[in-house]
Amino acid sequence: MVELVDMVLLGFMAVVAVVVARLRNLFGVVLVSGFFSLLSASMFVVLDAVDVAFTEAAVGAGVATVIMLGTLLLTTSEEKKASGSSLGALLVVLVTGAILVYGTLDMPHYGDPDAPVHHHVAPRYTHDSPEEIGVPNIVTSVLASYRGYDTLGETTVIFTAGLGILLLIGSSFRSRGGRDGDR
Amino acid sequence: MRQQLILRIAAKLFIPFILLFALYVQFHGDYGPGGGFQAGVIFAAAFVLYTLIWGVDEAKRVVSPNLLQVLAALGVLIYAGTGIAGIFLGGTFLDYGVLQHDPVHGQHLGILLVELGVGITVAAVMTSAFLCFAGRKRS
Repeated sequence: MVELVDMVLLGFMAVVAVVVARLRNLFGVVLVSGFFSLLSASMFVVLDAVDVAFTEAAVGAGVATVIMLGTLLLTTSEEKKASGSSLGALLVVLVTGAILVYGTLDMPHYGDPDAPVHHHVAPRYTHDSPEEIGVPNIVTSVLASYRGYDTLGETTVIFTAGLGILLLIGSSFRSRGGRDGDR
Repeated sequence: MRQQLILRIAAKLFIPFILLFALYVQFHGDYGPGGGFQAGVIFAAAFVLYTLIWGVDEAKRVVSPNLLQVLAALGVLIYAGTGIAGIFLGGTFLDYGVLQHDPVHGQHLGILLVELGVGITVAAVMTSAFLCFAGRKRS
């Protein structure tokens, strides 16, 4: 049953990816890529990564789509016809894809208990977290306590990204009022 | 889109529940899936919806840009401050066990504070990033 859901979702994602590549209308591209995000969020739910699915649905399908639509208001919504042949690009894509698929052949199967990732620090976390941290959700205890340094770094990255956006295009953001006419 | 009656009423109905759900995801992160990152983006999504319906200027009247900038920095400060509080109380940086007498309670408090910091920063940065993009005019 799960395999069927996997196959349907992955099939949909492949179709959507082809549609995004073929479409010339950028408005359609943005909406369809939002649908792609929603499909990958469902994929994360199937993989039991509900936390990631939350974020993907809110950021990928929600906020990013809206920001891209806002970008289209500033530019045009029709893609320009590319000049020249795209055979070289196709070759690069095919070779890269083949290398990536070749790389997955060495990877352990999904859910394999002998996979290296389950033999490093993960057993200690899952075994000691209930006594040491006492938080039922082990994901939270790893993220916020065992890996607190990493998460502090991630938060700083988000803060820095926001700072960069504010410095680059934030001039209209900081000036307030006085432009009630253009909603 | 403020003239669209149905959109306006639907947004009015949804926004409080989205905000409430964000708070639930934030403070229930210890027990179920969720945490600061997820809560922050859901909180920001509510503001995005508000901005879509009522416009950028109206949204800036609800949350002022200055407040958003302060909040973005405040979140990181809460996180790092929790770590430094651990040093002052005799532990190491980001060691929550020393925050209270019982190490497990200290861990609880530390995780709560740290996730709160993450949530505040993520919500403020996402909202201000969206307002930055939405406020740009065609030149």
